Amino acid sequence: MSAPSLSKSNLPRWLAPLILLGIAYGVVPFAGGSYLFEAILTPFLILSLAGVGLNLLTGYAGQLSLGSAAFMAVGAFGAFNFNLRIQGLPIPVSIVLAGVSAALLGVAFGLPSLRLKGFYLAISTLAAQFFVQWVLTKFGWFSNNSPSGVIDAPALQVLGIHFDGPVGRYLFALTVVVVLTALVARLVKTRTGHQFIAVRDHELAARVIGVPVFRTKLLAAAISSFIIGVAGALWAFAYLRTVEVAGFNLDRSFQIVFLIIIGGLASIRGAFFGAALIVVFPLLLSRLGAFLLGGVFNSGVLEMSQHIFLGALIIAFLIAEPKGLVALWDRLTARAAALFLSQTRKANTDIVP
Amino acid sequence: MKSTALRTFRKAALAATLTLSLGLATAKADEQFFPLQSYRVGPYAAGGSGFFGGFIDYLNLINSRDGGVNGVKLTWQEGETQYEVERGVEVYERLKSHPGIAAWNPLSVGIAYALIDRVTQDKVPLLTINHGRTDSTDGRVFPYIFPLLLNPYSETSGIINYIGSKEGGIEKIKGKKIVVLYHGSPYGKETIPIYDLLAEKYGFTVQQIEVPHPGNEQQAQWLTIRRIKPDYVILRGWGVMNPVALKTAQRNGFPATKIIGNVWSNSEEDVIPAGDAAKGYTAITTQTSGSSYPVVQEIIKTLYDQGKGNLEDKKRIGSVYHNLGIVNGILNVEALRIAQAKFGVHTLSGDEVRWGFEHLQLSPERVKELGAENLFHSINVTWDNHEGDGRVTFQQWDGDKWKVVSDWISPDWKLLRPIIEKSAEAYAKEKSIKLRTAEDVDVIAK
Repeated sequence: MSAPSLSKSNLPRWLAPLILLGIAYGVVPFAGGSYLFEAILTPFLILSLAGVGLNLLTGYAGQLSLGSAAFMAVGAFGAFNFNLRIQGLPIPVSIVLAGVSAALLGVAFGLPSLRLKGFYLAISTLAAQFFVQWVLTKFGWFSNNSPSGVIDAPALQVLGIHFDGPVGRYLFALTVVVVLTALVARLVKTRTGHQFIAVRDHELAARVIGVPVFRTKLLAAAISSFIIGVAGALWAFAYLRTVEVAGFNLDRSFQIVFLIIIGGLASIRGAFFGAALIVVFPLLLSRLGAFLLGGVFNSGVLEMSQHIFLGALIIAFLIAEPKGLVALWDRLTARAAALFLSQTRKANTDIVP
Repeated sequence: MKSTALRTFRKAALAATLTLSLGLATAKADEQFFPLQSYRVGPYAAGGSGFFGGFIDYLNLINSRDGGVNGVKLTWQEGETQYEVERGVEVYERLKSHPGIAAWNPLSVGIAYALIDRVTQDKVPLLTINHGRTDSTDGRVFPYIFPLLLNPYSETSGIINYIGSKEGGIEKIKGKKIVVLYHGSPYGKETIPIYDLLAEKYGFTVQQIEVPHPGNEQQAQWLTIRRIKPDYVILRGWGVMNPVALKTAQRNGFPATKIIGNVWSNSEEDVIPAGDAAKGYTAITTQTSGSSYPVVQEIIKTLYDQGKGNLEDKKRIGSVYHNLGIVNGILNVEALRIAQAKFGVHTLSGDEVRWGFEHLQLSPERVKELGAENLFHSINVTWDNHEGDGRVTFQQWDGDKWKVVSDWISPDWKLLRPIIEKSAEAYAKEKSIKLRTAEDVDVIAK
């Protein structure tokens, strides 16, 4: 987990996140156009948060889940309904309540994890995926009887501050993501976090040393679903602003699973790396493709070739570093730091003969 | 090895940033830009490539034959959406800062919903020809949204009226059993309440069965239909769902002549893959199939004979989707022409184009002048009726081509209007939108 590059160079551990936060809050809002926020940064942040949530369950506690999109849907529709049905409820409270609903559902679907493991558990989480989609489609109440099943998000407003416009929504999402990510980063360092890892690495051994295995699994499911639910609420409120159930289909679940595998399992940063690759890279690729070959091929052919290219690239990444982009990044930075150190040492010896 | 990979990566990143900045390049004077949220891959590629092919062909025809609309060149750029909302939003954000945008045509209800707030804020028209959110017909609440020709409620009413005429009068429909098989998407669900309402009004029973997206497995649904034994099945499908429905119906012994397709289940791409299971199947349309219309002939002569046509498969020229794209092109171009007559011949703002659409009135005579007589009937958009009272007709598949089997039929607009207004007013209240009046139409935002 610990990055060798940071321990080698004598920088304090908190410095890198702090600089990143400074840039995210202090520089980015003034830097880009609405495209950057609406199409790249906001979905990137929200998918990263969903990745952080799933990584807690899959990466740390070792429980594979294919139901992430369902918990996002519960979050989105939950937040919508709490906000609609309870007059005057502040938006952050609706979002937290939506997260709690997702957590309750997560616990319910986490129950089979007592008996099932690995692929079998993954299949049972598929049930959550289909069940939630079916319920939200079947009962019009959840979408306030909207004939098409599409819900409209309310205006984002907290304590009289409006988070309208691309930058406002970005800042709102950023804040929620930062707070939850910080909490998770803290959690995995605590006794509970170590219990997650113990259960993942050897369930029997964990039981022998006195880890309450069942409770730990359910706790992981609850916290993970809570975070994914909040991500879903953000997806509806801060990103798309109109949401249909079909948007939270199995494809989305797989997307989140792939994101943490590519980014790096059992790593907070991994979710962000993975989301960057999954969200941002296809867009850059599509822009580049359209720019270079747009005159030659139509958009359909371009799209197909991008799929092939992206697939090949992911395979290449995983061959280069099966532990994900995080490990790749750490190796590169470590190498760069070593290079830098040796250069300065050499320079120093040159000056002082 | 590593360093070359890194260098290529860096180069790619540089090129990408370059593209980002170039995307915002300025348009030359007197151009009108169409951002196209098209889809040529994914489960709905047949509809997307046909429609956007026809749309682009018509824009191209105007440029090649007339040198643009009164000299204003038409330009466009495609962004692939795969019919997915997230991608549609991404393309919107990517192209929205392009100067001189005329209108958005996403051809997806899901994307259209996501864009309603955005286009209203940006003051650019959003067209959802033959689909869309029904209550956006009410121009008092939705100034920038145009479900042109046929909104989903009108389509429903048109189909029921047609079944009535087949039975020998709308009163004869009483006691009949009708099943609606709908696509599990915002588009598919849009008409659920209106079928219930018409069933109550005319005294038939209706049962509505959902087929989950994309719809390539329907055995369970057709077994249910077999149990119900309906007099008619209305197919409200999309993409691969349609041929699968026809084939499954045949397997379950339900005759194709008793299946009526809606306006997104009416194309060659829906029936040809079903083979002889589609023979005798009838579907509603606003624009007929065929390439004999003068405007289609000109597209063949001016574009396809010169190798400039957009469709890769020339056999699809004059197909239902291709012709819909052409009709969509006609409506867009005529709205521009009408707006130019008011605001002058130059690049118009989105709000000026909105004014053009709100005065888009094409009589059957004008449609004939445009070389589209009998391709579509007419349109009569006003500031508060954004649909424009399009007429519908029905075509039957004879195993080889579509044959028109009805006159141009009018849906029951009078019946539908109060429902639409009620729904639009509820939306206005929820969003605290002030209802527009006739005076607001001429107020053009700069």
